[in-house]
Parts: sequence; C-alpha cells; structure tokens
Amino acid sequence: MSEVLVLVEHVDGEVKKATFELLSAARRLGEPAAVVVGAVGTASKVKDALARYGATKVYVAESDDAVNYLVTPKVDALATLAGRVSPAAVLISASLEGKEVAGRVAVRIDSGLLVDVVDVERSGDDVVGTQSIFGGGFVVKSKVSTGTPVITVRPGAVEAEAAEAVATEETVELPAVDPARATRITSREPAVAGDRPELTEASVVVSGGRGVGSAENFAVVERLADALGGAVGASRAAVDSGYYPHQFQVGQTGKTVSPQLYIALGISGAIQHRAGMQTAKTIVAVNKDAEAPIFEIADFGVVGDLFQVAPQLTEEVTKRRG
Amino acid sequence: MNIVVLVKLVPDTYSERKLSDTDHTLDRDSADAVLDEINERAVEEALQLKEAHGGEVTALCVGPDRAVDAVRKALQMGADKAVHVSDAALHGSDVITTAKVLAKAVGTIDGVDLVIAGNEASDGRAGAVPAILAELLGLPQLTHANKVTVEGDTITVERATDDGVLHLQATLPALVSVSEKINEPRYPSFKGIMAAKKKPITTLTVADLGLDPAGVGLSGAWTAVLEAAPKPPRTAGERVEDNGDGGTKIAEYLVGQKLI
Ligand SMILES: Cc1cc2nc3c(=O)[nH]c(=O)nc-3n(C[C@H](O)[C@H](O)[C@H](O)COP(=O)(O)OP(=O)(O)OC[C@H]3O[C@@H](n4cnc5c(N)ncnc54)[C@H](O)[C@@H]3O)c2cc1C
Ligand SMILES: Nc1ncnc2c1ncn2[C@@H]1O[C@H](COP(=O)(O)O)[C@@H](O)[C@H]1O
Repeated sequence: MSEVLVLVEHVDGEVKKATFELLSAARRLGEPAAVVVGAVGTASKVKDALARYGATKVYVAESDDAVNYLVTPKVDALATLAGRVSPAAVLISASLEGKEVAGRVAVRIDSGLLVDVVDVERSGDDVVGTQSIFGGGFVVKSKVSTGTPVITVRPGAVEAEAAEAVATEETVELPAVDPARATRITSREPAVAGDRPELTEASVVVSGGRGVGSAENFAVVERLADALGGAVGASRAAVDSGYYPHQFQVGQTGKTVSPQLYIALGISGAIQHRAGMQTAKTIVAVNKDAEAPIFEIADFGVVGDLFQVAPQLTEEVTKRRG
Repeated sequence: MNIVVLVKLVPDTYSERKLSDTDHTLDRDSADAVLDEINERAVEEALQLKEAHGGEVTALCVGPDRAVDAVRKALQMGADKAVHVSDAALHGSDVITTAKVLAKAVGTIDGVDLVIAGNEASDGRAGAVPAILAELLGLPQLTHANKVTVEGDTITVERATDDGVLHLQATLPALVSVSEKINEPRYPSFKGIMAAKKKPITTLTVADLGLDPAGVGLSGAWTAVLEAAPKPPRTAGERVEDNGDGGTKIAEYLVGQKLI
C-alpha cells in the first residue's frame, strides 16, 4: 500500500487535533506517514501520539532553519519526500499556513491541489475530495487529474479516530536555505493559550454579536461557553466594535466552524456570518428580534433578551453537569 | 519602489452565488461583482508605501472583461497604471493556473520590488495564490501581514495567525499578502475618479504572455469536478418566545438532542 504523507502541526511538542484528523483520513487512502518539521528534538516528543492515530512512519526534518524560516522548510520536506516515496496523496490541514504550504508543494511537484475538503475517500485509483463551498451552499466532489493529489482538509470536518500503530523513524535532510527566496522569522509572540478549546477545533461554539453590547458584557458569552466546555466566537460587528478580538471572528472573512453545537447570542445572521457557521450540526439562536434571519437556520430559537436567557442556560447546564 | 498590487473582481457576497449548471464553474453573471474588499486594503498599503518611498503602483488583474471594473477602482484610489489579463481560454482556471498566469504577467512589468496581494479572496477562499506566486517567482513570501515596513532593501512584516504574531524579515524583491486588519482603505476622490480615466490599462491575452491557451482554463486544470449539487438550505426549526424560561427551554432541547 502506498504511503500518504501527513504534515504534522504541533505547538511546544504537542500535536494539534487537526493532525489526528488527517491521520484518520489518511488511513482510508493508504499508509499514514507523518512528516514532522521542527526544532531538534520535536519528533521524539510527538512520535507516540502520532502512532496512536495510525502513523506507521514518522519522517523527521529537524534543524534550526526549520523553525527560523516561514513555510518553505515544510514545503522542502514534503516535496523531497513526494519525490522519494511517490505517495498516494499529501494531506495538510486547511489552516492559514497549511493552505500556503499545500499550494507551494503542489506547484513544486507539478500536481493538482484540492483545497479545504471536508471529506476524502478512495474511489478506484482516484482520491476524491468533497468540498463544501459558498458557506455550505454547494457540495462538490473533485479529484486531482495530474500528479500526486495535494489536499488541504478543513479542521474539524473529519473525525479523529485512534488506531494504534508502530511507527518507524526516518530522517529527511532539508536543502540549504536560499536567503533571497526565504523569509526569516526574527521573533515570535505566541498567542496566550487560554483554557478554552481552539475555535476551529471545538465541538461547541458560543458566539456573541453586536447585541452583546460591550466588551465587558462578553463575559455572559464566555460563561456559557465555559459551562459547555466550548470556544467563544464573535460576529464581525462585535469584533469591529471592539467587543472581542479579531481572531475569534466567525464568518466569510473569519473562521469557518463546523461544531456539533453553535449558539448565536445577539447575532442577526447576515449571509457573511452564516458562511462561517451554517455547517454546524445543531444551531441555537437567541435574539430579541423575531424577524432576525438567524432564526431561518436555527434548529432551536428563543426570541428574547440574551442577558436573561444566556445566564439561565449557563445555570441549567452547570446544574446538569453538576 | 515599484509595486504590483493584485486585484480581483468577486461576486458580491450579498447577492446569491451559484455554480453554473453546465461546467460547474462559478456563475459570474448571476451575481453583482465588486472589487474584493481585501484587495482595497492591498491597494491602500501599496499607495502608502509609494507615498513613503516613491515609485509606481501597477494594478494587475486576471479575469474576464468586466473585471476591468476592479482595475479601475484601483486606479481611482491612486494606482498609476494597470495590466489586465483577459482571455476566454482562462474560463474555469484553478488556483495553480491562476497563479501561473499572474506570475507571467508580473514578469511583463519592469523592475518589480514588491508584489502585494490580499490574503484570501472571498469567492474561492483558496488563500493560496500569494504563496504559490511566491514559489513561482522565487520571491520570499511575507503573508498575512498586519503591518509592513520597508527600510532600504529590507522588508519586515507582522504576521498574525492563531498561533500568535510572527515578526518576519526578508530582502526585496518580495511578496506580501495583507490581512483584514492592516489598514482602512481610502475612498476614491472626485479628482481620483477623473484622473483614473486617463491612466493606461494594458490588456493582455494568454498568448501575449507566452502561455499555451490549451494549458489554462478548464481544459488545463489539474483538478476535475466530478459532481456538484446545491445543498438543500437549512430549514428553521422550533422557535419559542422567552417567558422567563428561555434558558431552561434551550437546556431541555439540548438534553433531548443529547448535546448535554
Ligand atoms: C465582505 C464582507 C465580509 C464580511 N465578513 C463577515 C464575517 O466574517 N463575519 C461576520 O459575522 N460578519 C461579516 N460581515 C458583516 C455582516 O454583513 C454583518 O454586518 C454582521 O455579521 C452583523 O453582525 P451582528 O449580527 O453581530 O450585528 P447586527 O446585524 O447589528 O445584529 C445584532 C443583533 O442582535 C440583536 N440583539 C440586540 N440586543 C439584543 C439582546 N439584548 N438580546 C438578544 N438579541 C439582541 C438584534 O436584534 C440584532 O439582530 C461581512 C460583510 C462584508 C460586506
Ligand atoms: N485572478 C486574479 N487576479 C488578480 N489577483 C488575484 C487573482 N486571484 C487571486 N488574486 C490575488 O490573490 C489573493 C488571494 O486570493 P486566493 O488565493 O484566491 O484566496 C487575492 O486577494 C488577490 O490579491
């Protein structure tokens, strides 16, 4: 069976959930081979976790350059391996960086690129990707017709399923950096990782809109999210009004989320907001305007004041979780 | 400093977007078209850099004839000239082909120090064209920029992602993509609108760029759509008025759905 290369996303020696999802998807297509690009010593920290999700091989590209340059070390590692092992596919998370890496790998190895798929399957000799486009309005199935399929997979779309494997390690030599073509990372200000799950990975997302009214009032949204063990999101109007930071924006120009449960508080449900959340399994909305378009797509809606409804819900949830 | 700014016409997201029934490409006639909002920010950044360092700003667009509106908006904002690649053969091009055509077109402009793009277009949401273009042009990529500074031939950028802020540095010539938070784009002034009418727009075909028309567009794409179907729209579920028990009602619903 051919290998399927999976680019590993990791922070401080911890593998991101999206990588486990990729490994799970890779098992449908061939033998998952994880590719770790990072500082010296990274692979030994992440190898066991990768094997737990079915990686039978861990390719290791470790060096100072691998962390000090943007995007290109990952492209170099994947392109080198694609030439060496002729994989059945290359799977990369559809994160900001993942999309960039994937695009560059695809042109470098003269292969077609499928972006932001929500599902992949094997169909005869082909690898077929399913895409959900225009904010979930259309479902499209595509395949790569030239070269090795390079595919970015939307985080949260494929379920991560553990499958114990034994992983062997193999080193990948990175080519020397060409300073005229490379971008150096001179310093990093890591995001302060809160206690909440990441927005695109969370199974519950509670979002607030302009109706929340102020930055202080967002505590109401946060409390409900915390009671449910979920992430906090915001509409663009809430972000633009300075109620909540930009990286939490959900919608066309923000994050796309597909959680099990999405709760919209004081959000009208503009088409650009829906584009980022309407593939959620269950949508609950609270809005004091009975005509708000969010109710057109909500599975359960309450016409009322979010400052009454949300705290009561928080209390109920806390009680039941006890 | 000579800057090329990449601008794209996209269907207005307020109007309905759909795929054509015949070849599964974006039905660009069904929706109103506008200059992608992120590209206004790209143009703004180019103009600010020009104002600080001198030089010239060229707007570049690959798209059908009516995409000239996107080009014109950039000229009205203050770009000096424009290149518009328009060719029926390009219909149905995928991201890689689009980037290849853009790369060739950038090559027709002399002495380019900086290419500026938006980080992600609102229609395809590929978010990959700038990176692919950097690969093809052999330029360092400084993408998802919240802030751009140029000193001599050194360019520094603040890149904001979920993992935090990265400070990036490279040597010109380079490629930048801008994020939604980088600036507030200016409105074209009346003077700008009048001046734009006299600014040169060079229109090129695929053959002008030395590319084979058969290698671009739907026929040249390295991916193929097998099937496409509109998803049945979500329908409204239950809706209740809050009579002091709205929160409890939601909790009961969630329990019923086994969500809590
Ligand atoms: C190119 C483009 C891209 C965009 N991208 C995005 C995007 O990524 N994400 C996004 O969200 N938007 C985006 N927008 C903006 C979008 O069009 C809307 O303006 C925005 O989503 C509105 O946010 P809102 O629902 O919070 O605010 P509003 O539309 O002002 O709605 C606020 C709602 O709160 C309700 N409300 C007020 N007080 C209360 C209360 N006490 N209790 C209960 N309900 C209350 C009101 O009835 C109202 O329905 C984009 C727009 C454009 C043009
Ligand atoms: N056809 C095009 N013409 C000009 N610029 C483009 C084109 N396609 C993409 N771009 C640029 O690349 C950016 C990102 O687009 P995308 O990768 O398609 O999300 C856009 O904001 C534009 O700056």
